Amino acid sequence: MKTFAELNFPGRLIAVEGLDGSGKSTQIYLLKRWLEAEGIKVYFSEWNSSELVKSATSKGKKRELLTPTTFCLIHATDFADRYERHLLPLLRAGYVVLCDRYVFTAFARDVVRGCLPEWVRGIYNFAALPDITFFFKTDLEVSLNRILEGRPKLKFFEAGMDLRLSTDPYESFRIFQGRILEQYVAMSDEFKFVVMDANQNVEKQQCVVRKLVGEKIELRKFRRRSPLPLPPAIQPVENKAKDHEEDLAAV
Amino acid sequence: MSTVPEQKNGFRRFYGHGIPRVKVEELAGKLIVVEGADGSGRSTQIARLVDWLEIGGHPTVQVGLKRSTLVSKELELAQKGNILSRSTLSLFYATDFADQLENIILPALKAGFIVLADRYIYTLMARDMVRGMDEGWLKNLYGIAIKPDAVFYLSVQPQELVQRNLSKNATLDYWESGMDLGFSRDMFDSFVKYQTTMQGAFRKLQKTYGFTIIDGNRPVGSITKDLRKKIRMVLAEK
Repeated sequence: MKTFAELNFPGRLIAVEGLDGSGKSTQIYLLKRWLEAEGIKVYFSEWNSSELVKSATSKGKKRELLTPTTFCLIHATDFADRYERHLLPLLRAGYVVLCDRYVFTAFARDVVRGCLPEWVRGIYNFAALPDITFFFKTDLEVSLNRILEGRPKLKFFEAGMDLRLSTDPYESFRIFQGRILEQYVAMSDEFKFVVMDANQNVEKQQCVVRKLVGEKIELRKFRRRSPLPLPPAIQPVENKAKDHEEDLAAV
Repeated sequence: MSTVPEQKNGFRRFYGHGIPRVKVEELAGKLIVVEGADGSGRSTQIARLVDWLEIGGHPTVQVGLKRSTLVSKELELAQKGNILSRSTLSLFYATDFADQLENIILPALKAGFIVLADRYIYTLMARDMVRGMDEGWLKNLYGIAIKPDAVFYLSVQPQELVQRNLSKNATLDYWESGMDLGFSRDMFDSFVKYQTTMQGAFRKLQKTYGFTIIDGNRPVGSITKDLRKKIRMVLAEK
């Protein structure tokens, strides 16, 4: 698996991963606000949000029709639809795409549900890797408290009740989240996650996120008005220099 | 030609790792698959087989593509919009298949039923292959599937398929004509080209999965007779 940069896509993809209540959605939202204000072409995509598939997923969840296998496949369908119809064209067009959860969510959850890891990874192998993946790592108790304080009614699959870990949804949620955390930690090195201390305060984390994004991605290349980079072979040298001047002027 | 040689000794298995926690040795029923394009006579033959089997005292259950509780309606809707890209189409059908596998096929086999599948993973794989999906990827995806006791592929000339489809519906189906592949803007040409390509994919799959090819250009009755003879042999195996 290669990253979008390694595959010579003009765009870049940044993903956030972590447990429910790790603060990842807040962080990616703040990152989006900053990038937009900087005039960057940004697109935000959320896990499990394809218009095409959503009604089937929510029916499956409400009526508790999903098994580990169909849970995996329906989320893969959702991901494939977003990937092929939104992410790929946008990345071709030079966007910075922000994903609230990416394939790693499936790798962690589906494996905890009992699917074979090789099977799950094989299914998602059409997807390229993010250029940056932030893993918001919290102590289990911290993320549990954040979720359990604000939203006391847990949904069936969210609490991992399908795994029959406990008849008590709260206890089930604890065990389930604990196992997912283990999976994330185990994947951290393999997929070069940027591990964030998500116990820290929000502003501090956002500073770290923005700094790292600025270092790893040459953001001026992703501005709204900057022309699409041509393939290197046909790019006239003198225009390249001129573009650069204009970019500098824009700063 | 034998259909699925390894199963002669009651040897049942999944194609890959299968479904977690399912014990294959408990699946006492029989799974019989009929494959073929629209207009190949599949549904007619299955209806006849169901009559024959049930009159003979065998309990039967039928499954087929796009019949799952979970996604059939949504899949139908998505196909009407013609906005499905190939991985999405593929995974949508895989979800539909898995739902029926776990909720109908496996429980029915456990209860000793004869499950008649109006198409199975082979049509899904062939469709994806002609759309350029990787065979290894498909093999992994459908590693969840249980190996049938018999697979019959009703082979009918594309020119004959066109005639049958038009006489039945007076129109050709967008997806069965492979219009998404851009072979031709002409639906008739596209249908023939697509079905020819699909037959090529089936021949390729036949080498791996070893199903029985039935000449579907013959009269209905003689195909039924042929199928009964072969299924009788499957039922005789314990």
